[in-house]
Amino acid sequence: MSTNFNIFAARLLSQDELFTQGHRACQGCAPALAMRLIGKALGFNMIVANATGCMEIICSPYPFMAWAVPWIHVAFENTAAVASGIEAGIKALRRKKRHYIDTGEKIAIVGIGGDGGTMDIGIQALSGAMERGHDFLYVCYDNEAYMNTGIQRSSGTPFGASTSTSPAGTHSIGQNTQKKDLAEICAAHNIPYVATANVAYPFDLIEKMRKAKEAKGPAVIHLFAPCPTGWHCTASSSIKLARLATETGLFPLYEVVNGKYGLSLDIEKLRPVEEYAAIRNIRDYLYDETAGCKDAQGRYRHLSPDLVARIQEQAHARYERLKAKVRMTQEW
Amino acid sequence: MTGPKRIGMEVSIAISEAVRQCDADVISAYPITPQTHVVEHLAEIAAQGHLDCEFIPVESEHSALSACIGSSAVGARTFTATASQGLALMVEIMYIASAMRMPIVMAVANRALSAPINIWCDHSDAMLARDTGWIQYFVENGQEAYDMTLCSFRIAEDNRVMLPITLNFDGFTLSHVIEPIVMLTDEQVREFLPPFTPLYRLDPKNPVAMGPVGIPEIYTEAKKAHDEAILASRAVIDEVWADFGKRFGRHYQAVEHYRTEGAQTLLVGMGGLTESMRGAVDSLRDKGKKVGLIRLRLFRPFPHEDLRKALGDAGTVIVFDRCLSTGGPGGPVASEIRSALYNLPKKPAIVSFIGALGGRDVRTSQFAELIERSEAIAASGSIPDYEMVGVRE
Repeated sequence: MSTNFNIFAARLLSQDELFTQGHRACQGCAPALAMRLIGKALGFNMIVANATGCMEIICSPYPFMAWAVPWIHVAFENTAAVASGIEAGIKALRRKKRHYIDTGEKIAIVGIGGDGGTMDIGIQALSGAMERGHDFLYVCYDNEAYMNTGIQRSSGTPFGASTSTSPAGTHSIGQNTQKKDLAEICAAHNIPYVATANVAYPFDLIEKMRKAKEAKGPAVIHLFAPCPTGWHCTASSSIKLARLATETGLFPLYEVVNGKYGLSLDIEKLRPVEEYAAIRNIRDYLYDETAGCKDAQGRYRHLSPDLVARIQEQAHARYERLKAKVRMTQEW
Repeated sequence: MTGPKRIGMEVSIAISEAVRQCDADVISAYPITPQTHVVEHLAEIAAQGHLDCEFIPVESEHSALSACIGSSAVGARTFTATASQGLALMVEIMYIASAMRMPIVMAVANRALSAPINIWCDHSDAMLARDTGWIQYFVENGQEAYDMTLCSFRIAEDNRVMLPITLNFDGFTLSHVIEPIVMLTDEQVREFLPPFTPLYRLDPKNPVAMGPVGIPEIYTEAKKAHDEAILASRAVIDEVWADFGKRFGRHYQAVEHYRTEGAQTLLVGMGGLTESMRGAVDSLRDKGKKVGLIRLRLFRPFPHEDLRKALGDAGTVIVFDRCLSTGGPGGPVASEIRSALYNLPKKPAIVSFIGALGGRDVRTSQFAELIERSEAIAASGSIPDYEMVGVRE
């Protein structure tokens, strides 16, 4: 499917920084990196509608603003609806020749929300906007919990992760539900373009942003972006963990183009999820950081081997299911 | 005798026709009784090509207003309509629309709030939105509903204002009633209403940020600026209504006086019931009683000074609210009027009545009784905080 993994040409990337320095993200923040890559991919001819969430908070404490493009924040749950209005407004004004933008060039209207703002409170507005067929693109940056409010679980939080509202304890394994499958929900709306992306694969991410922009109709990108603060991992490990999430099959990279599935990265042999959860050395890590695994995620430190085995099963099953969808739809 | 033609028209349709004449660019709405006729007719107008607009049939009122903010932010003339629970669902976004200075026009076919679920008229929904920072007015009849729709876009989009407006009209008793309406020509409306030219808009060639984080150091100032803006909008509202009157001969004021000359007792009301109240005033005047009616057209910005002038010299002021501020001061309008008059050296007795909730009828004769009874209440020296009228116990 995608050939992006065979090239590495950072110099060919845009030198423009649309998400500029000086924002207030934590060290190692992968969503902030995602914003930067989105900017590079789409260029200055875009309008951002941002949901309430960590990216909105860190980029816009008045009078500072990290985005170099027009940007609007309205509320937590309605970003897709706001983007609908922007799209409709521009469409009407252009048709009536009353628009201030005289070139016919397509403006990328981008809704950006986190996993909570998308998969929980914002899913109705997103579903509505997809169903109505607005020509916009929506990016859910997924750091797997409500991070700026204090690491509370969302429906994007994976099974077994400990958060402040799904804490692990003597009577709890942490999050005991399955991560909501946003890409599948969006694909079920029969929109032209759905993809998963990951900050650890920047060229793939950029390519997918461009495809999403060009799609005629709604396009959704589910973008994996670790949060060191929320995951209780070191700031330097966010990219490594992001890569492991894909390599273990927990967050596979794929596209659904007009209903047709395609793997962006076909992993022949998935790595064991133990590596991702860094469970093997967690006891060492707890007692002696220098001896232990620096890439361990504190949110998984309570996991017992049988729970890790369950996560492993889920990862394999999901990946197999995905591959079956690819095989099936490629035959169409 | 010739003059402008009066056309029998449902009031909801008249509002839609006004929106068409205003050449709205985006209409975003979700159906809710009794607002539905407004947007149904607009959808039909758009479908027939009589209005070049984007009609967004959203999945909730919350999204309706959110989409309106998006379209308004790019500089499109934007309209929506709602009622009751729909307005309640919008309230979160109403605060944001006004603080972000989005000149959206919203018609609200006033309806009671659940529970128990009730689709008929009272003003609970409008009062829920009282502090959202929108300009709010209440119309009395179909002609006014039509005229105010035309004025709304001009007021809201004026660069000195840049605030959203709710046009409140009573659900069913006004929205679904056929009244004689005098329409303006499309040409007249074009001359009256300039194109929308916002100060700021989402434009990639000139990027701006809308709705950033308001840290404690600036939040208070932002609120103050909003309050000053809505208070300052009063001058523009008066100006636009005066211009409308000059052009088309129909004159509107924030506070309307009806037979108030030398009145000892004044009844205050809002919305469609004031027509019945006029009847009550007429019948009592015929009996030689010095009573009059003060009709509040503009509710936000609240016309404090006008009311002090209108009510300050009366002996008794009766405020009739179509909403109950549960567990609180009773009638929201009454409590605002009390506070407006409180610091006057000599102030009238204020009698607060609450009624006509959830579509319950209050007749002309009942208003006349209330006026007469309130004089006795005021004379007794022991005025209750409020009284709910027509309660079967």
